[in-house]
Parts: sequence; structure tokens; C-alpha cells
Amino acid sequence: MQWDVVIGLEIHVQLATQTKLFSGTSTAYGAEPNTQASAVDLAMPGTLPVPNREAFRYATLFGLAVNAEINQRSVFERKNYFYPDLPKGYQTTQLAEPIVGPGRVDIAVGDGEEKMVRIHHAHLEEDAGKSLHEDFHGMTGIDLNRAGTPLIEIVTEPDLNSAEEAVAFARKLHGLVTSLGICDGDLSQGSMRFDVNVSVKPHGSDTLGTRTETKNLNSFRFMEQAIHHEVERQIDILEDGGEIVQETRLYNGDRDESRSMRTKEEANDYRYFPCPDLLPVEIDEAFIEETRRMMPELPDERRARFQKTYGLSDYDADLLSASADTAGYFEKAHSTGGDAKLVANWILGELSGRLNSEDRTIGDCPVAPEKLGDMVARLTDDTLSSKGAKTVFDRLWDDDSQSVDAIIDAEGLRQVSDTGELEALVDSVLADMPEQIEQYREADPKKRKKLMGGFMGPLMKASKGQGNPKVLNEILKKKLDES
Amino acid sequence: MAISRDEIEKVALLARIKTSDEEARSLESNVSNILDLVDQLQSADTDQVEPLAHPLDAVGQLRDDTVTETNQRAAFQRIAPATEDGLYLVPQVIE
Amino acid sequence: MHDKSIAELARDLDAGHCSSVELTQQFLDRIEQQDRHLNSFITVTPEAALADAKAADERRANGSATPLTGIPFAHKDIFCTNGVATTCGSKMLANFVPPYDATVTSRLRDTGAVCLGKTNMDEFAMGSSTESSYFGATLNPWGDQRVPGGSSGGSSAAVAARLIPGATATDTGGSIRQPAALCGVTGLKPTYGRVSRYGMIAFASSLDQAGTMTRTAEDSALMLNTMAGHDPRDATSVSRAVPDYTATLNEPLKGLRVGLPSQYFSDDLNPAMAEQVNAAIREYEKLGAEVREVSLPNADLAIAAYYVIAPAEASANLSRFDGVRYGYRCENPSDLMDLYTRTRAEGFGSEVKRRILVGTYALSAGYYDAYYLKAQKVRRLIQQDFVNAFSEVDLLMSPATPSPAFRIGEKTDDPVQMYLEDTFTIAINLAGLPAMSIPAGQIDGMPVGLQLIGNYFEEGRLLNAAHQFQQVTDWHRQTPA
Repeated sequence: MQWDVVIGLEIHVQLATQTKLFSGTSTAYGAEPNTQASAVDLAMPGTLPVPNREAFRYATLFGLAVNAEINQRSVFERKNYFYPDLPKGYQTTQLAEPIVGPGRVDIAVGDGEEKMVRIHHAHLEEDAGKSLHEDFHGMTGIDLNRAGTPLIEIVTEPDLNSAEEAVAFARKLHGLVTSLGICDGDLSQGSMRFDVNVSVKPHGSDTLGTRTETKNLNSFRFMEQAIHHEVERQIDILEDGGEIVQETRLYNGDRDESRSMRTKEEANDYRYFPCPDLLPVEIDEAFIEETRRMMPELPDERRARFQKTYGLSDYDADLLSASADTAGYFEKAHSTGGDAKLVANWILGELSGRLNSEDRTIGDCPVAPEKLGDMVARLTDDTLSSKGAKTVFDRLWDDDSQSVDAIIDAEGLRQVSDTGELEALVDSVLADMPEQIEQYREADPKKRKKLMGGFMGPLMKASKGQGNPKVLNEILKKKLDES
Repeated sequence: MAISRDEIEKVALLARIKTSDEEARSLESNVSNILDLVDQLQSADTDQVEPLAHPLDAVGQLRDDTVTETNQRAAFQRIAPATEDGLYLVPQVIE
Repeated sequence: MHDKSIAELARDLDAGHCSSVELTQQFLDRIEQQDRHLNSFITVTPEAALADAKAADERRANGSATPLTGIPFAHKDIFCTNGVATTCGSKMLANFVPPYDATVTSRLRDTGAVCLGKTNMDEFAMGSSTESSYFGATLNPWGDQRVPGGSSGGSSAAVAARLIPGATATDTGGSIRQPAALCGVTGLKPTYGRVSRYGMIAFASSLDQAGTMTRTAEDSALMLNTMAGHDPRDATSVSRAVPDYTATLNEPLKGLRVGLPSQYFSDDLNPAMAEQVNAAIREYEKLGAEVREVSLPNADLAIAAYYVIAPAEASANLSRFDGVRYGYRCENPSDLMDLYTRTRAEGFGSEVKRRILVGTYALSAGYYDAYYLKAQKVRRLIQQDFVNAFSEVDLLMSPATPSPAFRIGEKTDDPVQMYLEDTFTIAINLAGLPAMSIPAGQIDGMPVGLQLIGNYFEEGRLLNAAHQFQQVTDWHRQTPA
């Protein structure tokens, strides 16, 4: 049987505010355990939450970027459950009245086609702490530094129909929130986490199948794998005549396995109710307008501009505009490098390959974009050969504090393009090769071309590799053909 | 409205309170009496009435995004039941 | 000396008739002598108090004193006090020493007031008799084996017994006014949001409000001047300017429009109580007040709405007591569930558990609309009744309690009977209005309170009316034998 796949996503995006959603505690990553957990974050008795204006600003920016309705009135509610990483015994979140209402994101699918993915809503909520399961004599350690960090949870409609579409959407969203500057986008530190709701139904059927939710996927790759895994699992069950149980599953990316989360002793009953410590928040039209004016360039606009201003191909423009980091790198490199196409080739070729192989992002690229640009400029003005450029790039990767010109000099990579100097060189080399010259002159044009190579080798050697091959080639041809 | 023994036990579990048989029995009757008292609410006509979550019907104030808190881990963990290496300890959590 | 009001003591300190150290020692001595019997304090801090008194004397000497500088007082043990045990009357927090202050605590500290200790209360402020305290019941100084009311019974008993000239207290459904009435002292619950709740251990966040327990209305005004005002740490505190509440105490009452809610003067009212309250109202008429009847049609639904809303909020507010970060933790938990369920079973007393269960039930799937949402709608009806009443009158008056202080143990087995203690006070919290109880008579030697209810933020008018009554009566000056 043919099956249709239906996917909806819930995406937790950690907001890059300085402080937590309800306290003035720093959210900086990597602090010693519980050193960024204040009385409010620890739910010490009598302490009270006060909401962070910037979190509302960021959520509003997101809403505007996905063409969503911004709800001027939003209400925090308490979601009640006990867990050691949840100090108050409830999570403060938004349910009935979230800040961001319905919106849309367009993604590219297949060849040049666009698909609209509807955003159901996005709401503000606080993150939980972390449980560390290393052995503390059979105990679990709790670090509450992350507790209270602001998140927006973005909930899509079930508009996605394959793992590839889901990943395309997730990447698009990643580009969006990083371009907006509301999230650092660092997946390895959990800055974006994905829950996927997956169901399958017989091809063409109007009735949705029973769905499962796979929680807490923290990379695009794991998300893709988890969806493939879950789709196969569900199809296997259904084709064997079984039924899908509506449940929450955990996916282990390293083993490509999933399992049902331990069913609690009682069904979840979160007992949501409006948080009486927090009044409804009302943001006014002026706040929304002010936020609209802060809106930076978004990836779609940027792609169009890259094509128009720099004459980049669809493909290059798409890749370079997707994230704010890559786009910023490109524009800085272009400012010193000049040739947009060549700069793009270097970023998408050598640089990306090197970053990938070392598992780094462009955000922590060891080569400053301006230096890469300097190098491209030296390629364009013929100072460097492309082979020499690779050497410069390697040196910059190790240490980008020196100038490109200094590296060129230190490595002896400067090409000689002075015609006078090179003519003398050609003359002296040809003087030692009378037989080959004879052979050349007797050959037909086709063969001649082939025989040229026999002269270039000794010529390059004589110039100690520094002769500009293009210029050398021209002089050689002239000399051989003229007499 | 009377509450059943089963419901008492379900609610006690939700609230994470262990109850002995004797306690559950007494809770069953006390909570039922309280529910009888609050059942008077059902007599009120509230068809066109908006719920009031907060007496002043006011709206909340927002805070600037500036760090105001300093690290006080030592003071907070001095009063904690069990800590190690700066972490709060609980019986092993199995996910 | 111990029989004087805060205002009188402040004048004595100003005139140099006594020092804060002498005053503090005298009250510490009285606590030492009498509180073993009354049990109105959970914690007494003599060393810290004497050190603060010395600092206050120095401050007075260098001319930077405020009216409260050097005045001894006590905090209800619901307010967090940096470095001093804060138990909320519970085993759960019996070992809890917060490393931070409540805003109320630090404001009073900043004026130079001298804190002598922490007063007893019903566990987590849930009760009307102070009998549910883990640290034992407090006695009413007016009669052996009588309750002082609650939950702020430690504060009311200590002020009534002249162990302290004034104390802080909190009121969620009557927890200031009912014990004030039963102990013959002056209790003020301000408008919701007038005083910060930061560091005040939450019972029901949309109802809780900090206030004062004093001998006189003038003293309440002095304390409120310090306590009131916006707090950036409490998003529900109100950012409206704080007037000088002492400035309007002496306004004449001529033409004051007083409303008597007919529902609070029904045929069910205890005749002796009616007699006392009516006599007090006649005093107001003599002072020039115009008295008329008003109606609060939904008043009889207040207890029902309250006993859904307050337990619902409490059920979530008390989830943080889980044995992980502070407070009580059960011995040798076998797993996480055991840690939670046994810590909370052993750490909370029976009334607290009852309310957590009622609140959990009211919020649970299938019951939310019938209980919680319904109660919130009724809450609006009740609030609207008051708004309508205040379009006709300036103040409302009623008995503060159905009867004088009852006997220890009389109502502990029947929670519903205990809840009915708050018949006259509870609707005011649902509406968030300011109200007071002032001493207004006695029945068989036990004090009776008159409740004054004001419109939003009209604490000044309330205190004015209470102060004028206290100029022509001496119920507030009577002391227990």
C-alpha cells in the first residue's frame, strides 16, 4: 500500500535575552552549575516573577517575520507537574492567549517550488533546568542555571509531508530566528529543540492517522532520521494489521532506535490556570510598530538582494543568504575581495568543506572574512595563482593575524607578471631547447598545442614557480610562432 | 457533591501527597463536605459573566532586560537538603 | 510604657523619655514572662533586636529618625527575614532560614523599626484559629482556652497582650480582620496590590495582602506609610502614589455616607453581636455619618467562590515544597516519587493537605469549568456588587466575625464550621478592597470587632473613620486582665 506522511512540528527556540523570562538572572551559557539560579529561579518561598520586556520584543519580532497576528493581550498560565528540574512545580507558559497567533512560512520544496507551512501559534514560556544523570552515588544532580530561560514554542499545523520538508522548514526557521537576532541558533547547546508529530494514512485518504510525538530532537540530522524511523515503524505496524498508540516517544540518534516514554503512574493532568502572580500583559500598537522598525533583513529578502546586487546564481544566493552568519561573512569578505562569484566559490567550497570536516560553524571560523577577501583580491589581480591561494588559505586557517601579503611574501607565492623579465626568461630557456623548437615548428596546429606543455614545465621550473603561467604562455606562444 | 475514595487517591497522587488509609477516609468525608459548601456556586447565573482572575482587572508591568542578580549559590545551598559539586541531589531520575 | 501606642512611644523616644534599647528590653522581658503561656511567637531574636535598638538610638541622636525608628514590632512568620527562621507555621519550613528579606521586612528595617521576632500563625495562613500551627496553638489573652483567631493569631494575641506595640500580618480571606476582632485590636487589610507581596510566602496569590495589627488606627497609618508602595519585584503591586495616611486622620466625618449591607445584618446574626455592632454604628451617627442600607446580592456566594479559588491557587503555590532545594525532606527516600509524596505527607499538616487536594480537584480535567471557572465568574459578580454599593456610599460597615472568640478545639474537627468564621470578611478579598476591624464592644468579656470596608485605595478614608471612632470610644484601650 502507498502511505501519505503527515508531520507537524513544535519547536522550542531559546531567546537570546540577557536575563531570564521572570528574573534578572544572567542567561549566559556555560556557567558553573546553579551559579545563575537566583531566588526567583529556585522558587524560594515568597519570590515572585516579573516578565522581561525584551522577551516580548523578540516574540513580537518573530510574529511579524512570519506574518502572524500579534495578540496585544497575552496571558501566562501555570502548567502543573512535578519534576526535579522544574523548581516551582509548574511551568509558566501561555495557552489560551499566546502572544503570536496564526502565521505562515514558505519553504522551497523540490525544484524551485514553494510550499506554505501554516504556523498555528507561538507562545512564550520558561525553560526547565537540567538533570545530570552521571553517578552521584545513585542520585541525580540538578542544575537550575537554565531554569527560567525564555523560550518561544512555535507550533505548526500538520502541513509537512516528508522528513525532507520538515528539515527544510526547520532550516528555514533557523535562518529566520538567527537573522532576527532573537536566538543564537546553536543547536549543539540546545538553543533550538524539535518535537515532531508524525502520522501516516493510506494514500489519498482524508482521515488523519493516530499520531505519535517524538520529543527533544536537537539536530536537523536527528530530526530527519527520527521521522524516517517513525514513519517506517508506523507503516510496519499498520501493514502487520496493528494499531498506532498515541504516545510520546524518545529517539536515540546514535542507535537509530526509539522507545515509548515510560507511562506515568497517572495520566498527565496539567491543571492549567491563569498565573495569579502575573497579570495579563498588554503591548500596545506603538510597541508593535517600534518592533516592526527594528526588523532586520530576512533571508528571503536577502537572497533577492544577493542575486540582484552581486549577480549570484540562485544556488549561491540561496546558500549564502540562509543564515545571518553566512550572509554576514559573505558581505564582509566581498567588501575586501571584490569579485562576488569568486568570494562565493571560496566560501561554499574550500571554507565550507574545511568547517564541516572540523565540525565548526561559520560563526567560529578561524579565518576572518576580510582576510579571505584580501586573498581573493590577490587572486583577481594575478598576484596569486590558485595553487598559491590554497597555501595562503591554509596559513590563514592556522593563524589569521598576519596579512595576506605578508604570507605571500613569506611563502614566496608572488607571481612574476612583468613581461620584460619573463621574456628574458623564455629566451634563455628556449636557447637550450633547439630540437624541441624544431619539432614544434614542423607540427600541425593541433599537435603544436600539445607540444606547448613540453616548454611550460621547464619554464615554470626556471621561474621557481613564480612566473604567471598565463603571461608565460602568451610570451612562449608568440616567440615560437613568430620566427 | 461527594468525592469517591478513588478520586481522593487520584488527586493525592497528582498533588504528590502520600495518604494512609485512615487519612484517605477522613479526607473523603471532609473534602466531600467542602465540595457541598462550594456547590452553592452552581446556583449562580453566570451566563453573560466574564471570569475575574484578578481583583483589579489590571495589566502587568514589564521589566528591562538587565542583569540584576548575582551568584549566591553558597547561601542557597547552605539551606538545601542534599547537594554535591554545586548540584542539588535527588533520587535517580529515570526517563 | 508597654500600654502605649506606637505614636505615643515615638513621641517618648523623640522627647528622650526613654531609649529604644530600654523599650526593646522591656518588651523582650514581657515576651519572656508571658509568651510561654500565650505562645504568640515562634521565634524571638533578643540579640539582633537589642543591636537594632542601639543603632536606632544612634540614628535618633543624629537626627535622621523616622516615626518608626526604634519602635519594637514583630513580623508574622510568613514574611521572609534574612538570617532568621521563617517557618510559615509549618513543619515543612521549620528549618528554613531564608538568605533574603521580604520587601515589607526590608522597608521596616530601613526605617529603623526594631524587629523582636516572628509571630505564630495557622500553617501557611490556612485557618481561622492559629490552631493549625506546627508550633502549637496560640491562646487568646482575653480568655483562657479561647482561640485568638487566625491565621494572624500570633500577631493579634501579641499586640492584645501588649507584648509588642505593633505587628505585620497578612489577610487572604480575613486573616487580619478576624483575629483583630477576636483579640480586641485594630487590624488593617489594604487594597490588593497596595503592599508588596515579595518575600511573603504565598497562600493564594490573587487574594493575599499584607497589612497591620496595632492598638490604634493612627498606628496602622504610621505602619502603612512605610509598607505601602510599588515594588519592582512584585508585578501585581500597584504603582500609584502613596499618600501620608496620618494626614487625613482628623478629617471630620460629617456627611460620611455609610452603607450597611443587608446580607450582613440578616436574622441569622447573633443578637448579642448585632447589639454591639449597632451601638458602634450609632456612635458613627453621632459623629455625623449618614447611615443607609445597601445590598450585596451575591454576598452569600463568597465563601463558596473563595473555597475554590484559594485552594486552587494554593495547590500550585505549594508545589515548590518538594524536599529538593530547601525545607523538610523525608528520611531515606527510595525513589523520586517517594521523595515527593512522603516529604509532602510528612511536611504538611492536615488542613494544608485538605486544601491542596480540594484545589487540585477543582483544577483537574473535567472539573475546571464547573468549579474554577464558575468561581471566577461569581468572583466578578461579587466585585460588581461592591462597585455598585460604592456608587452610593463612602464606606461599608458590618460585624467582623459571626461571634466572639470560640474555644480551642471547638471547630478543629469540622473544617466547614471553621470556614464560616470568614462569612463577613471573605468577599472583600475576592473584590480586592481595603478593610479594617476595630474594637467595638464586648460580649461576656470577649472583644467584638466592627468591620469597615472602603473603596479601592481609600485606606486614608478608612483610617480616618477608624481614628475618629477611637477618639470617642475606648474599646481599643481596654486590655485583657
